[in-house]
Amino acid sequence: MAKKKQDSPNNQTEDTGVRRELLRSMLLQRRFEERCAEAYALGKIGGFCHLYIGQEACGTGAISVLRPDDYVITTYRDHGQALARGMSPRGVMAELFGRIDGVSRGKGGSMHLFDRNVNFLGGHGIVGGHVPLAAGVGFAIKYRGGDQVCLCFMGESVVNTGAFHEALNMAALWKLPVVFIIENNRYGMGTALERASSIHDIYTRAASYDMPRGVVDGQDVMVVRAAVQEAIDRARGESLPTLLEVRTYRFMGHSMSDAVSGTYRTKEELEEHIKRDPIIVLRTQLQQEGELTDDEFAKMDEELKAIVQDAWDFADQSPEPPAEALFEDVLVDTTSDTPAEAAVAAD
Amino acid sequence: MPVITYRDALNQAIREEMQRDDRVFLMGEEVAVYQGAYKVSKGLLQEFGEMRVVDTPITELGFAGVGVGAAMVGLRPVIEFMTWNFALLAIDQVVNAAAKMLYMSGGQYNIPIVFRGPNGAALQLSGQHSQAWESWLAHIPGLKVVAPGTPYDAKGLLKSAIRDDNPVIMLEGEMLYNTKGEVPNDDEVLIPIGKAELKREGSHASIITHGKMILVALQAADQLAKEGINVDVVDLRTLRPIDIDAIVSTVRKTNRAVVLEEGWEISGIGAQVVDYIQRECFDDLDAPVVRVHQADVPMPYAKNLERAAKPDAAKTIAAVKKVMYME
Repeated sequence: MAKKKQDSPNNQTEDTGVRRELLRSMLLQRRFEERCAEAYALGKIGGFCHLYIGQEACGTGAISVLRPDDYVITTYRDHGQALARGMSPRGVMAELFGRIDGVSRGKGGSMHLFDRNVNFLGGHGIVGGHVPLAAGVGFAIKYRGGDQVCLCFMGESVVNTGAFHEALNMAALWKLPVVFIIENNRYGMGTALERASSIHDIYTRAASYDMPRGVVDGQDVMVVRAAVQEAIDRARGESLPTLLEVRTYRFMGHSMSDAVSGTYRTKEELEEHIKRDPIIVLRTQLQQEGELTDDEFAKMDEELKAIVQDAWDFADQSPEPPAEALFEDVLVDTTSDTPAEAAVAAD
Repeated sequence: MPVITYRDALNQAIREEMQRDDRVFLMGEEVAVYQGAYKVSKGLLQEFGEMRVVDTPITELGFAGVGVGAAMVGLRPVIEFMTWNFALLAIDQVVNAAAKMLYMSGGQYNIPIVFRGPNGAALQLSGQHSQAWESWLAHIPGLKVVAPGTPYDAKGLLKSAIRDDNPVIMLEGEMLYNTKGEVPNDDEVLIPIGKAELKREGSHASIITHGKMILVALQAADQLAKEGINVDVVDLRTLRPIDIDAIVSTVRKTNRAVVLEEGWEISGIGAQVVDYIQRECFDDLDAPVVRVHQADVPMPYAKNLERAAKPDAAKTIAAVKKVMYME
């Protein structure tokens, strides 16, 4: 596809129910991560913790068009996408708290959320490292003759890594059903895109591989949804990859340890972008169309805050991993000959 | 028993495992149309087709990652590196993806993959093509590392590696591919990962080694025998998990040990073996353990310098005599 301009921010055929669900999902992520920031300040969450606040429309819109048997793989900024994919807020919060009931049993933390039940193939911590994995998932789908799709999220700074280019070349060469989504939030940590990349229209990188490509507004969830749907149709129907750039903005620091503004970006710039908060954008659309009242929004918000409080309480009460967990899951003791029941038991 | 080359033993292992399990595929540079840079994959493209014998671009980081991704969702890739020297470009995928996925995911995603290819020096390939990487790889929890030195072990360990549900590193050798040995024409030749083998029995001293150096050790043992010195030659075969019992048992028997490896001295496999010996056999030793290894320099090109840099039978013999206080 050619460069895709954002023309109809609101697809008339999408029903209100879908939009309400998307609003609900984004608001859950927002409320969840606001509490993450609080838990981090209290020392309940440690290590690196990268918040998704401001970017929720990207993952939410993209994941909303997936089938349950499709795959998602992403970076270390993975909380929002994990929740959008249907992972349990309790399991995710417990993982952040480093507890045994965490989705990765307290071994992964914020950057490494995994859930086999929803084909969430992980948050990955090395910039660019997971992009070849996505190509491998696409290869496996094609190998088996399946019609699933792998959605691979990354930040815009990935496009300067070798892994990105190696993976895109193979995905295009072998026609793999992978949708590469670049969430361009303008900064790789504290380095502005213009200071890191010789090309500023990131999606045009795909031209090097003759790969279908596009760019859309990442603050409007319905726009993201429509663009990803098109890419997924191409992947499922024609087994062709797509590189989709989604332009967004991160409202928080790179991680919990840096200032939100003042060093590499100004307060004014941040405030300008916050005006296009993806939750406000969708809420306003629904309200202007008479599809959502203030009371309904407040009720939804209260429900979600309660869900997040429940996740917090659950995580807080979950035990730390037992001492013997230290040496568990380094290796499995099964082989391809292990009967399926035994392999499950060994899990 | 048929006598075949190390190369053909590997070929048999891959062919038999691909026939047995359609999730197994081979991927790497020149493995298909070219039939393998070292002809290990000869005939496989013709038998299994291009979806299962896959030529890649020169893109080690990329195709190593493709293998890990495919393994995450149930395939069983055999990834060939034309040499382990080129695998340095892919080491992030081996270490950060393959080795850690199971642990980071709390046990959800195991990675049944084999990364294989020639390791160490051949002849006059100089600095960038003549390196033995086993101590780097054996350092990493979450990997298994095997280094067969004979055709039989190559077939048996590769088949076990392909059936293993964990990432397995297989270190072969350019100088080994043409070597011959007895290999059963049996598709259930499986050598357990983690088991050493006593390749030769003696009582005066022990040479503990692995991979290509097994040939050097046996050559040294032959010459020593002519002088009336009989040595145990222990072939570790697997470097992670290492067979500590085999090390302990030979040292308790001979009380003198030489540890021979192809790679450099500092933090080498030999250093780890010596640590097991001092831990478990402190009172059994009649002499300090002596290590034989590559000189602490990048591999030179000139024939004489290369010879001087590499471990060989003469250096091994001298080491054995040293632990026997004969020199």
